[in-house]
Amino acid sequence: MHNGKCLDLSFAATESEASAGIAQLSQRLSAQGLPTHKAGDVKIALAEAINNVIEHAYADITPAKVKVRCRLHQNWLEILISDTGNPLPGFRVPDGIPASLGSTIDELPEGGFGWFLIHELTSDIRYERSNGCNRLSLRFDFPKPS
Amino acid sequence: MALTSSTTDATQIIKVHSDRIDAAMAIQFKEDMRNQAEGGATRVVLDLTSVEFIDSSGLGAIVAAMKQLGNDRRLDLAGLHPFVEKVFRLTRMDTVFKLYPTLDDALSATAD
Repeated sequence: MHNGKCLDLSFAATESEASAGIAQLSQRLSAQGLPTHKAGDVKIALAEAINNVIEHAYADITPAKVKVRCRLHQNWLEILISDTGNPLPGFRVPDGIPASLGSTIDELPEGGFGWFLIHELTSDIRYERSNGCNRLSLRFDFPKPS
Repeated sequence: MALTSSTTDATQIIKVHSDRIDAAMAIQFKEDMRNQAEGGATRVVLDLTSVEFIDSSGLGAIVAAMKQLGNDRRLDLAGLHPFVEKVFRLTRMDTVFKLYPTLDDALSATAD
C-alpha cells in the first residue's frame, strides 16, 4: 500500500495569486493521474473553497497565505486547505443551500453558490479550527468501475 | 480581460478571449461587457468557446452582464465546454439562459 501522491502549494491570499494557484494545482493533479472526469469537479470545488478564504476568512484583516495540500490515492483525493483568517461562522461548514433564482431577471442572484457547489461536487467535507488556523478538508471519491 | 465584438443581422456577438472567468476577473468582465454591449443589437450572444473554466464569481458576472442589458435586450450563451455547462446546470442557471453548444447553433437559432 502506498500513502498517495502528495502535492503542496502555498500562495498569497489574493484573487490573482489564487487564480494562478488553482490552475497550477489542477494541472499537476491531472499529470499525477486524477481521472479526467473528476478534474473539473475538483477544480471548481477547490476554486470555491479558496475564494471563500480570500473573500471571507481574510475579510477586514491583513491577508496572509493559503496553503493547499493534496493527497491523491488510487480511488480518492483529499485536499486540505488551511489559512490563518477568521473562522467559519459558528465554527462549522455552511449548509450550502443554493441561492433562490427569484422570479424576475432583476432578482437573479449574482452569488451565493459557492458552498452549494462544494457540497454538490465533493464526497465529504470536514472543518476544524485550531490554534488560529482554519483547516478545511475536501474529499473526492472516484471508485473504479468493477 | 479581452472581449471582441461583431454584429451580424440583429445579433451582436461578443467573444471572450480568456480560458477562464473566475473571481480574479469577474469585476473586469462585468465592466468590459458593459462597454462592449453599449448601444448594440437587441440580441447579444456571448461566445464562450475559449472558456474552459468558470467559478461562481464568473457565473455571477455573466448574470450581472445580462441584467445590465435591461429588459429590452437578451443575452444568450454559446460554445459552452462541458464543464462550464455543468456549472450552469448545477446552479439551475441553464433555465435562465439559452445555451447553445456552438456559436453557429446560436446564430442559426435567431429566427425564434
